Order: sequence, then structure tokens, then C-alpha cells
Amino acid sequence: MNVTVRDLAHARAGDKGSWVNISVTAHDVTSYERLLRELTEARVLEVFAPVAKGPVRRYELAQLLAMNFVVENIRGGSVTQTAALDIHGKSLSALMLAIRLFGNEPHTS
Amino acid sequence: MARVQLRIGSGAGFAGDRWEPAVELVERGDIDVLAFECLAERTIARETLALRRGDGPGYSPKLEARFRAVLPGCVAKGIRVVTNMGAAAPMAAARAACGIAADLDLTDFSCAVLLGDDVQAVLSERPELTLLETGEPLESILPRMASANAYLGADAIVEALASDAPVVITGRVADPSLFVAPLLHAFGWSYDDYAKLAQATVAGHLLECAGQVTGGYFADPGVKDVPALARLGFPFADVSTDGDVVIGKVAEAGGRVDRQTCTEQLLYEVDDPSAYITPDCVLDMGGISLTEIARDRVRVAGARAQPRTPSYKVSVGYFDGFLGEGELSYGGPNAVARARLAGEIVKERLVLRGFTFDDLRIDLIGLDSLHGPSDGRPDPYEVRLRVAGRTAQREAAEAVGWEVSALYTNGPSGGAGDFANVREILAVQSVLLPRELVPTRVELITAL
Repeated sequence: MNVTVRDLAHARAGDKGSWVNISVTAHDVTSYERLLRELTEARVLEVFAPVAKGPVRRYELAQLLAMNFVVENIRGGSVTQTAALDIHGKSLSALMLAIRLFGNEPHTS
Repeated sequence: MARVQLRIGSGAGFAGDRWEPAVELVERGDIDVLAFECLAERTIARETLALRRGDGPGYSPKLEARFRAVLPGCVAKGIRVVTNMGAAAPMAAARAACGIAADLDLTDFSCAVLLGDDVQAVLSERPELTLLETGEPLESILPRMASANAYLGADAIVEALASDAPVVITGRVADPSLFVAPLLHAFGWSYDDYAKLAQATVAGHLLECAGQVTGGYFADPGVKDVPALARLGFPFADVSTDGDVVIGKVAEAGGRVDRQTCTEQLLYEVDDPSAYITPDCVLDMGGISLTEIARDRVRVAGARAQPRTPSYKVSVGYFDGFLGEGELSYGGPNAVARARLAGEIVKERLVLRGFTFDDLRIDLIGLDSLHGPSDGRPDPYEVRLRVAGRTAQREAAEAVGWEVSALYTNGPSGGAGDFANVREILAVQSVLLPRELVPTRVELITAL
């Protein structure tokens, strides 16, 4: 069954200049392990492609059931220069939560 | 008797933050120190500019209102205040604070002012420094420099705290350092005691955005609910002399403090969690644990740190052209198509008039303004066209909003509620500067 990150975790976005970080904290150990397998750097970059060039780096904090994603090169320039409505990328936590997970099956979307 | 525990309250998370929660901490929080963090990355550049143009005091614009609200209680209870509200004019901020104290008949009032973060003169002599964000030499933006401030650390703030003045005012300091300094001062911790520096820095990092650790910026109705957000309380940390840290809030205040809120704030604006660099240490969050020890009380343990780096990070504000914006709403049948047509018209008009832009965005707010192209999303009932252009020419920036407003009588049917705005862009980049090039000093200002 398809689930989204939001079913397994909560998230917050922050920024420093031209990168944004989004923490993803799992509700329980099982969810954390599934996110480790499926919410990969590649999957995040795939969904974030319209708003960032990447790369995406993932850091793991197992004892907090949390991961920290750093998404580099936000399109439109840094927070202090961009013409975007969401200059900080603060709404990107919601884009992260909307990512669909497909189990271990190959997927196309 | 030497102190065994200090309770530090967080009174603000940004320049425009509410002040009722700070008053609540003073009245009912049983705090020893109240810190206000009011300088976002670009705020100090804005205040420097306001000062230079004579349309602002150079310090945090809400300083007077904030101090009027909290100083009587702080002075009566002996709560010390530490704040970066000095921004681009810490001395003027201290004089304003003393004026308020005199006005309120507060006796024995003084401010200790930390100076030295403004390094514009030093940078002017060093055009060869490398900008961290682009790798270009500093020289490329030096002619357009508006401000340059080093992120000073807790050691410099401790010198101000040593004065015993009730209020310490700084310009640019690292946000966590506002909270680390009172701990170093109270407990006599040294810069070699990495375990304690690490715990203090984590406490500061969790507190620096105020309401963001007590349930602000957290609610997702039905999934993550937060009680009484309109009366959101701000946090405090109980820190003991052996480095134990517990985050909490006033019992009656709105909000919540638990593992979830603390985890979100722990990783807020963090790159590599094993190397979070502040002027005081390089923090490693890898071993941190968060434990709910009571209602709205979370113990933070296991922080580690490496020694601080030999340089200060310096934030350089500079002029980078103008941003022009225009908005207009469309609703009902075919709203998205009418808004798209409107955007195309504005784009063509700007080309016809010969204006060029480094970036010209056409967003439909309600559809694609936040997360990019709308492939597969259903059309909303109403959308708001937003055209935004970044350009070196003020005239081009002004034309953006003008052309959007002109759509009223010249564009598609049913456009409504126009908005137009132009602002000068103050951009920020960073360089590293060896510590020895940034001497600091403390001035004492006393109420007349």
C-alpha cells in the first residue's frame, strides 16, 4: 500500500543561504527503518527537482529516530536574493511530508 | 553559596516576536536570566542601512516596547537581560534602555555594551578574502557593502556580564552564545570543558527561536495538535553546574514541550549534525538523547563538542539590486487560465518596454508558488497571480507592479485586489576572519 512520509514522520524546514535543511523524525522504530530504506537521497532529489538542483545529503540520528536532509542549490538563489514567494524554503517541510513511498517495488513517478 | 542551577528564559525568537510570553516568563517563570534573540541573518544589514539613511535608530525597532514591558519585572526580581537588540547601534540601544529605565523610575540601572562585531573597516583592507557561498573574492561585492559583522561568541559576552550591569546589549553574536555566556559566567566553566560547552550550546540552540521549541511552527491539525497557540509560552532551560539540561515552559502557558518539539528544533537550520559550528565550539549532536521527565519537561543529554575554530564567521550585507512585485486575484470558472494569460501579458509588456531581469517569476498562488510546477495538481477555485522580478534597475522593478495593476482595465476578465511593491535587495554572504583581527571591548552606560 502506498504511504506518504507524513504517515510515518513529522518534519521541519530551516535554511542557511542557498541550502535548506529538512528534518524528518519518525513516529516509531518501524517507521524509521522503513524511511531509512525508502526515503533515500535520490528519492528526495527526484521530488525536489522543481525547487532545487541538489545534491541532497542525508544524515541519520538513530537514537532520535530522525534524519536530516540537506538540499543544496535552491533554485532562484539564496534567501537574501531570491524572487520566490517562500524566500526561506520554509514550506518545503510539507513537500517532504507529501513524498509517496512505494515499498521496495520499483516505481516510475 | 555558589550557584548549582541557572534558569534561562528565551524572550524572543526574532525582531518582530511577541513580548507577552517574555513578560509571562518574568512574572511566573522563576527565571534568573532572560535572553532576547532578535537578529536574523539580514536584520543587521537592514538596521545599518536605516541608520545610514537616517530613517531608523540602528537598533532593533521594537526595543523600546520590549524593554518597557519586561524591565520593571526584571529589575524588581534581579533577572539579568542579555540581548542582541543592539543590532547596528548597540551604544544607542543602551542609551535608549537607560532612558526607559529613568522614565520608569528604575534605580541603579545600567547597561553593559559589547562592541567589536562591526568589521567593515577590517574587510575593506582584505579584498582577497573568499566568499564562502560563491567562492568569489570579497572584492566582487566590496563596493556595494552595506554592513559586515562578526558572529562573536560567549567569551566576549561574559566580559560584559562581569560588569554586573542588569542589562547586556550586543550587536552580532552567535544566537546560542547569548545563552552560553550566562552559564559560563555563573558557573565559571572554561573553554576546555567541552562536555559542558556542548550541553550549554545545545540548550542555547534549542532556546534561540523561542516559541519554536514550545509548540510554535509545529501544529498540523488532527496530526500534531498544540494547545492554546494564541497564548504560546516561551521556553526556559534549567542548567546545572554539572551540565544537566532540562527544557521547560510555564505550566499555565499555551504550547507543549516534548521529544517531538525538541527534535524538530534541535535540527532546525542544521547542516551536518556532527559538526554544528558556533564561535564557542564545534557541536556534535550524534549522541544526544531527549527524555520526557515530566509534563512539558525534556532532559537533553549526550552532547559532545570539539574545540572552537580559529576564525569568526562574518556576515557581509551588500546591495544587490531591486525586487519588484505585483499581484492580482482571479476566481471562479477558468480562473487558472485567466491568471496564466494575465501573467503572459505582463511578461510580454515588460519585454516590449525594454526591461531585463536577472530572474522573472510568474507564480499562481494557490497552485504553484511554493513547490514548483503544478503537474497533476487539481485546479483551485481561485488563484492569485504573482509576478516578481529581480533586477539592477529600480525603474524595471517598479514596472512589474505597474504592469500587473494595469491588467485591471487591459487584461483578462475578473482580475481583483491588486498589490504592488518594490524593495531594495540586501543580500548576505560570508567570509571567515581570524579571531585576532576582531578585538572586542565593553562599555558601561549608566542611567542619568
